[in-house]
Amino acid sequence: MEPAAFIAALLALGGAVAAVSLRNLIHCALCLVLTFFSVAGLFLGLGAEFVSFAQVMVYVGAIAILIVFASLMTRDPGADPARVPEPRAIQPWPLGLGIAGAVTGVLLACVGSSRLLPDVTAPAVAPSVRELGQELMTRYVVALEVVGLLLTAAMIGAVVLAVREPRPLDREVGR
Amino acid sequence: MAQTLDQLLDLVQQRLVALWPAPWQPWVAAFLGAAAIVATFGGLFALTTWLERKGLARIQNRLGPNRVGPYGLLQPIADGLKMLTKEDIVPRAADQWIHFLAPILKVVPVLLAYSVIPFGRHLVALDLEAGLLFFFAVGSATEIAVFMAGWGSRNKYSLLGAMRAIAQLISYEVPLVLSAVSVVLVAGTLSLPAIVDSQAGHGWAGLANWHVFTPWGLAGFVLFMIAATAKTNRSPFDLPEGESEIIAGHMVEYSGFKYALFYLGEYLSLFAISGVGITLFLGGWRAPVAWLDWVPSYLWFGAKLLGCIAVFIWLRGTMPRLRADQLMNFAWKFMLPMSLVTLVAAAMWHATATWTFPGAGLWRWVLGAALLLLPYRALSRSLTQRGRLGPRRYRFAD
Repeated sequence: MEPAAFIAALLALGGAVAAVSLRNLIHCALCLVLTFFSVAGLFLGLGAEFVSFAQVMVYVGAIAILIVFASLMTRDPGADPARVPEPRAIQPWPLGLGIAGAVTGVLLACVGSSRLLPDVTAPAVAPSVRELGQELMTRYVVALEVVGLLLTAAMIGAVVLAVREPRPLDREVGR
Repeated sequence: MAQTLDQLLDLVQQRLVALWPAPWQPWVAAFLGAAAIVATFGGLFALTTWLERKGLARIQNRLGPNRVGPYGLLQPIADGLKMLTKEDIVPRAADQWIHFLAPILKVVPVLLAYSVIPFGRHLVALDLEAGLLFFFAVGSATEIAVFMAGWGSRNKYSLLGAMRAIAQLISYEVPLVLSAVSVVLVAGTLSLPAIVDSQAGHGWAGLANWHVFTPWGLAGFVLFMIAATAKTNRSPFDLPEGESEIIAGHMVEYSGFKYALFYLGEYLSLFAISGVGITLFLGGWRAPVAWLDWVPSYLWFGAKLLGCIAVFIWLRGTMPRLRADQLMNFAWKFMLPMSLVTLVAAAMWHATATWTFPGAGLWRWVLGAALLLLPYRALSRSLTQRGRLGPRRYRFAD
């Protein structure tokens, strides 16, 4: 293993552990950003230039900001003394454990079913950006369009949820 | 002779690298490239602060700095010394680590972004295949720095300023990237040196084949520069630090050298984004006409960069600041549709490149211009219709 890849892997793991164990929510989010960066570094070490930069652009530039904004905009229900905590219908612990178990199971199944070492006889050619684009536009065009449609639908949904129509009273007063 | 002058910086670097033993040479070459970038653009930063103060003073009928050195030229040094010797105050309630890291995280990605810009023929630190994507990727890291500064200071003004700044950065990143994509569409590559090469040669009347001399290129360049102004937080889009309402936004709790780092980061990102704009639309380091090709390529790049800086100073001296709702409306209702239209016009230009019948060039021009001007007219009319312009309604604050 190259030293750079080793450092990136260590940083990714460290950031991930810190992200789930720190008390301060914003610190957790920033540690997650460190993990995103390190994963981008790992991609770069593997010769996947495009994926690495896309990782930084999407995860650090957009998703991390989204996480941070979400944690700023949501309130801590415990901070409001007037609010009586409602009894929860479902305990969160088993739910979290179930989801974590399912994700781990899928990952383990994927790792188990794949070869551990790449086939040495196959020519290892890093695909160029042009080839990536051509593949995306021909072989994977349906997947690409479906993802685009889903994201557009999600965005429109978010806008519809967020926009609060002005109440009729405001309109009469004409503020 | 002209060729030697053109490759002068390259030759100097090769000589310097050859002095070292072979295993060290890649490291020395990388270090030399980085040092040259930091020194050149650090120096340009000092010069630009002076130029900006002088230029703004001229516009406002003042003299500007004229005490330190001839014409006040040593003013940046005095400013730098002042910044270095100022007390570094950290609020007691601030998040020490985040407050400390934010200015560093603001400057480092911007310096990284310089590594993919071709400053001259063969004069690029990193010739990446996905260079343009690299530039936008590292640029998006500064949003985290702005957030860290705003949140780490534990001050309501800094937090408000940071949220404004991030909203603005994200909104204007969309038209910025889309207008750059139109160039990628025509050039067929993401590598910045290759994009410069796609603008080689001379067309009608000896004029260079720069992308800005096409209908979609002109529109794209204007959109790119407007979005760049907003991305680099400059007037008329400088409301994240609107000093009359939220003092200095996310920088309010920073003093001394940390504040200077933010200042440096803003100017450096201005130069970097202008450099990419020059590379994408203004032919990079290429000369505008064939008979000026003997001028070294890096001088052309420098001249174009200084021209861009002059335009930014001029804009700052003449434009009033936008309101937050105007800023967002402009980004989402005007810039975004127009950059999509530009993309369509660029696709049309690319598709009609094979036309060979007589008068084809004129027809491509007319078609491209119509494809841009008609949506522009419709869009601007619908946005400025009577009744649309009224007093601001505060949706979340009334």
